Amino acid sequence: MKKHVDAQKTVLTKEERLLQKTQSREEKKALRYRKRHHGKETKTRRKIKLVSALYIAPSFLGVLTFFLVPFLVVIFYSLVDNPISARFVGLDNYARLLKNLSFKTAVSNTLGFSAVAVPLAVILSLVLAVVLDSKIPFKSQFRTFFLSPLMVPVASIVLIWRVMFDFNGAVNDVLVSLGGPKIDWLKSSYSQIVVVILFLWKNLGYNMILFMAALSSIPRDIIEVARMESANPFQIFWYIKTRYLSSTFLFVTIMSLISSFKVFREVYLLTGDHPYDTIYMLQHMMNNAFAQLDYQRLSAAAILMSLAMIVIIGTLFLVEDRFGKDVEG
Amino acid sequence: MKKEKSLDRKYTKGRLRRKKLWSTFKLALATCIAAAFAVAFLLPIILTITNSFMSSSEIAANYGSIFATSSSGGRVYVAEKVNLKFIPDMVSFSQYSTVLLRSPEYLFKFWNSVILVGPIVLFQLIVASLASYGFARYRGKLREIVFFAYIILMLMPYQVTLVPNYLVSNWLKILDTNWAIWLPGIFSPFAVFLLTKSMRRIPVATIEAAQIDGAGEWQIYRRICLPLSRGSLCSAAILVFIDYWNMVEQPLILLTDSEKHPLSVFLSKINEGEIGLAFAVATIYMVPTLLVFLYGEEYLVDGITSQGGIKG
Repeated sequence: MKKHVDAQKTVLTKEERLLQKTQSREEKKALRYRKRHHGKETKTRRKIKLVSALYIAPSFLGVLTFFLVPFLVVIFYSLVDNPISARFVGLDNYARLLKNLSFKTAVSNTLGFSAVAVPLAVILSLVLAVVLDSKIPFKSQFRTFFLSPLMVPVASIVLIWRVMFDFNGAVNDVLVSLGGPKIDWLKSSYSQIVVVILFLWKNLGYNMILFMAALSSIPRDIIEVARMESANPFQIFWYIKTRYLSSTFLFVTIMSLISSFKVFREVYLLTGDHPYDTIYMLQHMMNNAFAQLDYQRLSAAAILMSLAMIVIIGTLFLVEDRFGKDVEG
Repeated sequence: MKKEKSLDRKYTKGRLRRKKLWSTFKLALATCIAAAFAVAFLLPIILTITNSFMSSSEIAANYGSIFATSSSGGRVYVAEKVNLKFIPDMVSFSQYSTVLLRSPEYLFKFWNSVILVGPIVLFQLIVASLASYGFARYRGKLREIVFFAYIILMLMPYQVTLVPNYLVSNWLKILDTNWAIWLPGIFSPFAVFLLTKSMRRIPVATIEAAQIDGAGEWQIYRRICLPLSRGSLCSAAILVFIDYWNMVEQPLILLTDSEKHPLSVFLSKINEGEIGLAFAVATIYMVPTLLVFLYGEEYLVDGITSQGGIKG
């Protein structure tokens, strides 16, 4: 028995040796070929490089003219006193902006909103994804239902929200009939709750899809093995699934954070240019600055915002590097 | 010995039954959660649609007080009650007939939306598919840096990108024209990102085979890469379309003339006089997106999924 195994081993090694030989022979051949056709090889490669660069050109020129070059000008504007005399004032514009009351309100409102809305968006969408991952009936219908808010324009749905959350609206009707107080939803500090609800309504479906993709990419056999080793469902979820989900988890968090900066849309359509104080968002401030053509304030705000975004995106990339390897390796 | 065995079996039987009960319970719970969310998600949409079949007078009677107060700035506490109704007392198409036949301004605004969004979707896809061919065909260091810049730009919120857009539109004297929306939209890097990811998935061998058969770069792009990334083209088209059909920030800032505003902005300015047809307008406005959704749900899901893992 043992002898047989040994024999097989030697045969294998022989084959391997043969394979190595042919490989090295082919490599030598290729090397010789490359040496002879060296110039030609790089020429075609260079041609590919140049021609395919032409395909990028239209897009790149557009991005250059509409985003990158003017962005450099924005940086310049943020450092001078006004675009015409262009006197360098250092960080004065930033200091002025940071002292500005409406900027402070807008930032704290936007951050406060994100701090509440983002964790809720992540957790609830994970719940939805897990629910859809189980064996419930009408799975594909449910997925369609959960995705539909994503497709409906905010403007179309705002009427109903206004009817629901008005002082004399439907939500208050229900509250009163339950013996609760009447709340002025859109014109009190409760307005933030309304905005969070609108945000969740719109964005849960998107996050859910990301989580569903991640859940279905977990190899079934690992879970099978864990089940055979008598791990309970909670352990399976916590020790296996969350490990595979971790990168998606962070990705969803950051995408939600980014979309939480876009909640202005809902607020504007619901309450117009001048909302209640607690839902005065960054974009409101920007709109006012655009209306006054206050280039300094606009530029400084845009630069600060882009710096914040770069920090956020940088975290995303670092985290993806680290956790992506953790699961694959 | 025998007794012990049967005891053991009984034990496992009980455990099995309990386990089965527990899993049924879990399934019921999951279904309940799903149903609750589904109702919450669909309710506003369904209410908008059903309300669009009420006659104008019924709408005014039900919701008049809300829009009367919110349009006049200060709040007047009217004692009037609001009736949120699922089903109209009498189904009527009067809202639709008024919108479609007697008040052309809504149709104009709808047409504004179409004229703003259509070219953006079409040309962004053309520009982006060309660029993503370039990004996928050759991967050098410089190109990776440019692609990275595209990703960062794609993730930037409007608070950042609108300022440079405004400046350029001002320099080019296209502020307050449709071009101010079109051009930044066409060159927006979102579709480039999505399509590059799909084109990089095309095996190099396929492209090399075509090359050996004598295909030029244009033919490789036109006859191999475009057909092979058809799915991603659809996904990108859908995502770009929803994004711009929904736009509010860009027209508010780049189009000061409210005549040119798309319906998405105009709808929010509806007041008591027009409340009788607002629901029909809102429904008409969501029809295109719902149709796209109906036909392209899979593409939408694929598009979102391939956004996961930005670096890809």
